[in-house]
Amino acid sequence: MGATVRFLLGEAEREIALADPTRTVLDYLRTDERRTGTKEGCAEGDCGACTVLLGEARDGAMRYRAVNACIAFAATLDGKQLLSVEDLAAADGTPHPVQRAMVAQHASQCGFCTPGFVMALAAFRLAGAAPTRAAIDDALAGNLCRCTGYRPIIDAARAACADPAPDPLRANESATLARLQALAPRTSLAIVRDGRRFLAPRSIAELAALCEEFPEATRLAGGTDVGLAVTKALQDPACVIALGAVCGLDAIEESAHTITIGATATYSDAAPVIARHYPDFGELIRRIGSVQVRNAATLGGNIVNASPIGDTMPALLALDARLILRRGSAVRELPLAGFYRGYRETVLAPGEFLERVVLPKPAPGQIFRAYKLSKRFDQDISAVCAAFALTLEAGRVSGFGAGFGGLAATPARAPAIEAAVLGRRWDEATLAAAGEAFDASFTPLSDMRASGAYRRLAGRNLLRKLYLETAPSGSGRARTRILEPAP
Amino acid sequence: MSLHEPLPHDSAARHASGEALYIDDLPEPRDLLHAAIGLSARPHARLAAVDLAAVAAARGVVCVVTAADIPGVNDVGSAAHGDPLLAAAEVEYAGQAIFAVAAETVRDARRAARRAQVTYHDLPALLTVDDALAARSFVLPSKTLVQGEPGAAIARAPHRLSGRLDLGGQDHFYLEGQIAMALPQEGGELKIYSSTQHPTEVSHMVSRVLALPCHRIGVEVRRMGGAFGGKESQASQIACIAALLAHHTRRPVKLRLDRDDDMVLTGKRHGFRIDYEVGFDDTGRILGVDFLLAGHCGFSPHLSGPVNDRAMFHADNGYFLENARIVSHRCKTHTVSNTAFRGFGGPQGMMAIEQVIDEISRHLGRDPYAVRRVNFYGKAPRNRTPYGMEVRANPLPALTARLARTSAYARRRREIAAFNRENPWIKRGIALTPVKFGISFTLTQMNQAGALVHVYTDGTIHLAHGGTEMGQGLLVKVAQVVANEFALPLERVRITATSTEQVPNTSATAASSGSDLNGAAARAAAITLKARMARVAAAEFGVPAGEVRFANGAVRAGNHTIGFDELARLCHRHRVSLSATGFYRTPGLAYDPAAMRGEPFFYFAYGAAVAEVEIDVLSGEYRILRADLLHDCGRSLNPAIDRGQIEGGFVQGAGWLTTEELWWDAQGSLRTHAPSTYKIPACSDLPRDFRVAFWAGRSHAPALHRAKAVGEPPLMLAMSVFFAIRDAIAATAHHRARPRLDAPATPERVLLAIAALAAGGGAAAAGVVAA
Ligand SMILES: Cc1cc2nc3c(=O)[nH]c(=O)nc-3n(C[C@H](O)[C@H](O)[C@H](O)COP(=O)(O)OP(=O)(O)OC[C@H]3O[C@@H](n4cnc5c(N)ncnc54)[C@H](O)[C@@H]3O)c2cc1C
Ligand code: FES
Ligand code: FES
Repeated sequence: MGATVRFLLGEAEREIALADPTRTVLDYLRTDERRTGTKEGCAEGDCGACTVLLGEARDGAMRYRAVNACIAFAATLDGKQLLSVEDLAAADGTPHPVQRAMVAQHASQCGFCTPGFVMALAAFRLAGAAPTRAAIDDALAGNLCRCTGYRPIIDAARAACADPAPDPLRANESATLARLQALAPRTSLAIVRDGRRFLAPRSIAELAALCEEFPEATRLAGGTDVGLAVTKALQDPACVIALGAVCGLDAIEESAHTITIGATATYSDAAPVIARHYPDFGELIRRIGSVQVRNAATLGGNIVNASPIGDTMPALLALDARLILRRGSAVRELPLAGFYRGYRETVLAPGEFLERVVLPKPAPGQIFRAYKLSKRFDQDISAVCAAFALTLEAGRVSGFGAGFGGLAATPARAPAIEAAVLGRRWDEATLAAAGEAFDASFTPLSDMRASGAYRRLAGRNLLRKLYLETAPSGSGRARTRILEPAP
Repeated sequence: MSLHEPLPHDSAARHASGEALYIDDLPEPRDLLHAAIGLSARPHARLAAVDLAAVAAARGVVCVVTAADIPGVNDVGSAAHGDPLLAAAEVEYAGQAIFAVAAETVRDARRAARRAQVTYHDLPALLTVDDALAARSFVLPSKTLVQGEPGAAIARAPHRLSGRLDLGGQDHFYLEGQIAMALPQEGGELKIYSSTQHPTEVSHMVSRVLALPCHRIGVEVRRMGGAFGGKESQASQIACIAALLAHHTRRPVKLRLDRDDDMVLTGKRHGFRIDYEVGFDDTGRILGVDFLLAGHCGFSPHLSGPVNDRAMFHADNGYFLENARIVSHRCKTHTVSNTAFRGFGGPQGMMAIEQVIDEISRHLGRDPYAVRRVNFYGKAPRNRTPYGMEVRANPLPALTARLARTSAYARRRREIAAFNRENPWIKRGIALTPVKFGISFTLTQMNQAGALVHVYTDGTIHLAHGGTEMGQGLLVKVAQVVANEFALPLERVRITATSTEQVPNTSATAASSGSDLNGAAARAAAITLKARMARVAAAEFGVPAGEVRFANGAVRAGNHTIGFDELARLCHRHRVSLSATGFYRTPGLAYDPAAMRGEPFFYFAYGAAVAEVEIDVLSGEYRILRADLLHDCGRSLNPAIDRGQIEGGFVQGAGWLTTEELWWDAQGSLRTHAPSTYKIPACSDLPRDFRVAFWAGRSHAPALHRAKAVGEPPLMLAMSVFFAIRDAIAATAHHRARPRLDAPATPERVLLAIAALAAGGGAAAAGVVAA
């Protein structure tokens, strides 16, 4: 077993022994490497000032993704390449096209956010998407700037994408690939220090065995929830079992009727597949956190984290998703609707973990809609989230699944609403019945995200929105959403 | 040469490369300790017992201090006393500092700080402005400003309205949190790196807290990662805690606040409750108005006096108020003491009158812009502010007319009406709002600045002044002024960190005055040096000193030309000093603070904006479709920098009025204390279509090079967003009712306002459910 973490920092090989197994990448960069270009603005994944790129070999090429260094653990760098803002300029000191554009467009004022934006845009440019306003907004949703108001940064993004200069990050690609190959871990990482453990098994069997051996261990997928326990609650978890190195656990497979998503598949990987079948679900995922968060976070983490305002669960509930759980060699499958026992409580047994999520493909004629309401449109947690899977046959509702978040102690289906509409004509009377069932089903609480009154009113209004968008007598040509793709 | 040019920020390339150093990036001295603060969990309580044994015993802890360990005075109040560095016997807000700890690592310190056993004896707590008003609990005496006979004028007016508007506060959310590093030097001296807008005040406060004379304390700041007023006086507390721990441990100490601690510990923009009564005629002209401005000050007076004064001074915005009464209560609550924030009370005052104008328009069914026009300041006698200052050369009628034209305001209003007829579920709204903002500190003595300029014998220049760089581009602007004076390329001027050791007794970099004041002081120093150098050149070439010209990096004396560097060496040879200080004080401020009358401002900055929004009738969500800004920067010293201020100010203002909500729970704890819950604008919140222009009218600005201050005024351009949202809400009721909308206009407030209109029977969209 390896006890040290080996990775590339820029092009330089590093092998580090972590005295603190849950030390963050940000802390490591700023303290040990004295790379102070990467900033801390929040230490909770929300501001992007700490954005770095993680490079991994994928299909014979380097794939770079932006992540938040503040909530990423240095131990997860094993076998990867880490790039910080100091790595962007070419060897001769020529700034990266993004850096040039940021200066030319006057896109920094205090400059504290700037390295983070530079890194996010470097990843964006590398990915090669068309720099539409919508694409730029999305690429930068996880980077806050308090000074500029973003306009010059958006212009810099466009200018950098228009700059024909080859990307310096591709200059050393083959050498980087070779170096990464050379340090690829052959054994599982197991850091044991002062009684604390960080274990990164490489096979499902090994993972299952470790979960049984350490039933109290913190399972780590993308770490976007776990990271906060360390940086904000100041916890030092005694034992972490990281799922990220387990071969095949990130698989996304499609069969004729299902999409199966492995527990470590990131949102970034899963979203395109899901969006192909359920565009609204794709858009819902697009609004989870930011690119940096979605490059790390997983559907599985969202489900097991069991927050009443987790965004994917309403959709998964409406679609009757099923979970595959494993404990040792015992595998069981259950509907997501049966997974939650109460506020932040699941039926997961000690030593058991989530292995895969199975999502049915749309049935013929099925309409799927998802709505997320939050104070700020991008990168915010829901006040209310609702998802509906509706099938109409000859004007009648022949299938109806509804999932809600933010209205109860757990993400919840609403059987009363389903009963009120199933088999009925999809008209105003049915809508009214659904509304009454909604009111009877939920007594939402007030907190800093929204009052109970708003949650109730807006949640009920979402039923109307669904109706307007799907009923024969709906809104007609009148618009129902403000947020159409930006030009 | 470089003056009036759109030059990049001096640090732009280093920002982008990551090389620009902020305090946490400085090399850490050996032996450095890290600090954390223990915060009160209660809004108002007697500290019955503070047991810090577990804190002291925690891993890595070297020192724990409480109020009892303060050798000097336990007070870091700025404009007024009353802000203990560490609470001694009583806490007055949840989040107040009770003790501080220094430990070997940041994590050790923060973890230790959570281990205190504090026994609180709870006392009754006032948490809201309403609570404070009911209890008549004020941090300072109330003030009243009267012009004409408001009571009688309102009573006689053909139309009368009254109402209320609540404005939330705003967290600064500078990306770099509060930080200071204190380094003990020999002889009991202290060197302090502080992320502060006011190094002089930091030195005064450290002096007060440690009972050290000022000359033993050096305070330095190269740049801040944003400040917006939040580091004007609040940086002192952070620096003092670091200094206190350094004093006791004899080791360097760094205090960097965690974001959540920063947000609960430090004050914010003042929230306000505004009550108004107005009388007006059929055209919408205001005949008399009565305002009650109740500012949410928090537990101490801090800067609340001048903030509330400025709110009063801006309750006219651009409108002549012939008969007005403005009553200001400075409400004391058991919440954090609120502070300076870009606009400094001005935005809140301006919202009061803009709300009134919007109400009048909706009551009369007239276009709000038309009502604004009949109320703009005009010729005498319609040109006197409620505090007796004359508004001269008011550009607002022409400026707004131009903006209305370039933004196609009238046409778009018609298009919006058509859109709204077709769309029951999405409604659009538009608003044009003006800005008039007074430039100068209302505390007259603060309107002064100093600078220090050296010319080296190779012809390069060292520039220091009292202004601090927080992203606003002050340092490059002042360097442009100096380079221009010497007719040298900008690269010859070295910009240095701001330090109390270079320039003493400075004012805060605030009130948008940074470049006016420091630019003028630096220019004065440059002029002194030029005169000395010219005398040397004149003697050398036998021409009168008046015939010596500085141009294009060289100096011409009659027919002779000499390089600037050569002349510098010549001066040195002749033993002429090449170092000079410069000083400036704003002229002509004649203001009587006791009577609140006179000319508190040197001049006014102006602007206007048109915003168009669309709202979702079923969810209350919205987005800004388009914004057109037209702003008066006078003759901008640097149009690229100024444009950044305009755009950034607008977006920040829009955040204040839309998504940025401070939410306290019933126990008085702020629950929106991190970016996960406190939502400043993100990239996608920028208007889809964003057009920014400079007002090209003649500049009458009396300030340096006819430029106008631009730091704060553009923030208030965002009032257009709020009133556009209000317009869209009113559209759900066919503009037949006046919506009740408070700020921030979160989706929740928008939806509840729509629902309230629907409950009143006015909703256009069938099926909108009442709350
Ligand atoms: C800035 C930011 C923004 C966010 N925005 C959103 C948002 O908009 N909507 C939203 O819903 N969430 C949001 N989140 C929360 C978080 O990103 C999601 O919940 C995410 O899906 C968690 O996935 P993860 O892989 O990072 O989980 P982790 O943090 O790795 O794990 C989460 C929990 O699940 C457990 N766990 C993970 N995988 C397994 C498994 N296979 N078996 C058993 N237990 C497991 C972990 O032990 C832990 O308790 C945000 C988080 C951040 C930091
Ligand atoms: S520091 Fe804010 S996202 Fe990492
Ligand atoms: S430039 Fe200051 S936060 Fe972006």
